[in-house]
Amino acid sequence: MSLVKDGLLYSDEHEWAMADGDLITIGITDHAQCALGDVVYVELPEIGKRLEKNKRFGVVESVKAVSDLFAPVSGEVVDVNIGLVDKPEVVNSDPYGEAWMIRVRVQNSGELDGLKSPEAYTEFLRQIAK
Amino acid sequence: MTNKTPLYDVHVALGAHMTEFGGYLMPVRYTGEKEEHQAVRQAVGIFDVSHMGEVVLCGPKALEATNWLISNDVQNIENGQAVYGALCKHDGKIVDDIICYRRSAEDVFICVNASNRRKDFAWIQQRLATRYTADEVTAEDDSDQWAQIAVQGPKAIELVSKIYGIDLSSLKKFHFITTPAFIARTGYTGEDGVEIYLPPHEALGLWNKLLDAGKALGIRPCGLSCRDTLRLEAGLCLYGNDIDESTSALEAGLGWTIKWNKAGGFVGKEALLAEKESGLKRHLVGLELLDKGIARHGYALQSEGGREIGAVTSGTISITLQHPIAMAYVTSAFANKGTTVFVDIRGKRVAARVVALPFYRRK
Repeated sequence: MSLVKDGLLYSDEHEWAMADGDLITIGITDHAQCALGDVVYVELPEIGKRLEKNKRFGVVESVKAVSDLFAPVSGEVVDVNIGLVDKPEVVNSDPYGEAWMIRVRVQNSGELDGLKSPEAYTEFLRQIAK
Repeated sequence: MTNKTPLYDVHVALGAHMTEFGGYLMPVRYTGEKEEHQAVRQAVGIFDVSHMGEVVLCGPKALEATNWLISNDVQNIENGQAVYGALCKHDGKIVDDIICYRRSAEDVFICVNASNRRKDFAWIQQRLATRYTADEVTAEDDSDQWAQIAVQGPKAIELVSKIYGIDLSSLKKFHFITTPAFIARTGYTGEDGVEIYLPPHEALGLWNKLLDAGKALGIRPCGLSCRDTLRLEAGLCLYGNDIDESTSALEAGLGWTIKWNKAGGFVGKEALLAEKESGLKRHLVGLELLDKGIARHGYALQSEGGREIGAVTSGTISITLQHPIAMAYVTSAFANKGTTVFVDIRGKRVAARVVALPFYRRK
């Protein structure tokens, strides 16, 4: 069973979101990095880009697969983890920490209500494993 | 219906990420593709390849019949020697790529791709029925009687020699022994090594012995994922990706397996000869991508001017060479080494250079 970290919120697309006021940090979950295998490329948006909830904002690519990244919330990209471009393997080794991908300033923090708690995401993983 | 190989439980116990392939539940990776890939290039790796199929041709005309079915020649080789070749249709397109092991003048053991096992067996039976009686040659699908473990890497020969108490260093490439076990110096990785065919109930014992004795050598269990990156670096075709029933043996670069002057010819010879004479319209080539991006099966190739000139058949990032590589069919005019082409990677044009295969050759 993959690691589900406390204190984060989760999307059905296997992204996590950490809220700090209206600043949301986003990455992909341990389940996602495990399913991908060794990550080789990460394509992230530029600072200033406006993201729309549930729309594609980037790509994470492993040897085996290309996976779209979907915005769990709407808002403006205020920070991007450029380090991942040179060290994509960090996505595999530290998906919840060093492999944070973008920081977004949300306008409507109510959008976070649609995301799953750690318990709900754990249950979700159990369901899809069947 | 998905089958399990005799080693299924041990893969799960080793923590392998499993997937369905060729009708079998197979390990994709254990510790990680990079680590497994590097283990094969630098030390030794083992692969469960029990999913592969085995068809045996027996009888006084076994050699003649095999020669008629495949592009290569088993009559002009010795007992204990094997050849790689194509099983072709009458139009010269490929039913499967196979390895034929000549066990004796009346016994040819053919290893076929897992996904093609039933197709190949039916094809072989149908072809033989049009030309030979059962007294002359019979075909049996022996796939369920054989497990297979590949041991590949610079330390493979040392390891397998130790386990069987014999010296395999003098076993020539593409030759095999059948006692104390069916051990062939063949492989799909571009490294030295062997493929061991054995009864299913012996597979677990051998697998564990290899892992144990190989510990000091740096052995790793290896999955399908690194098997693919290894074979692609070695410029070897994967049926379903690079070759299939729409690709001719010549286009696919398998012309070197064709022995044109075999007595009796072979299925597909006339079509291939005609193609050779009129010139190939396209070639399977190697590509080195000049910028970031992985070229994947089906991605279009374009000329500098934006014309569509082909498509990618296989692609990955080469762990050994550390840049993206691919195989692709390209219109003959663009197939020369050094030509620049462009791969359409999800809307982005990435430049690539045509290079000779293989990308990697063991020194």
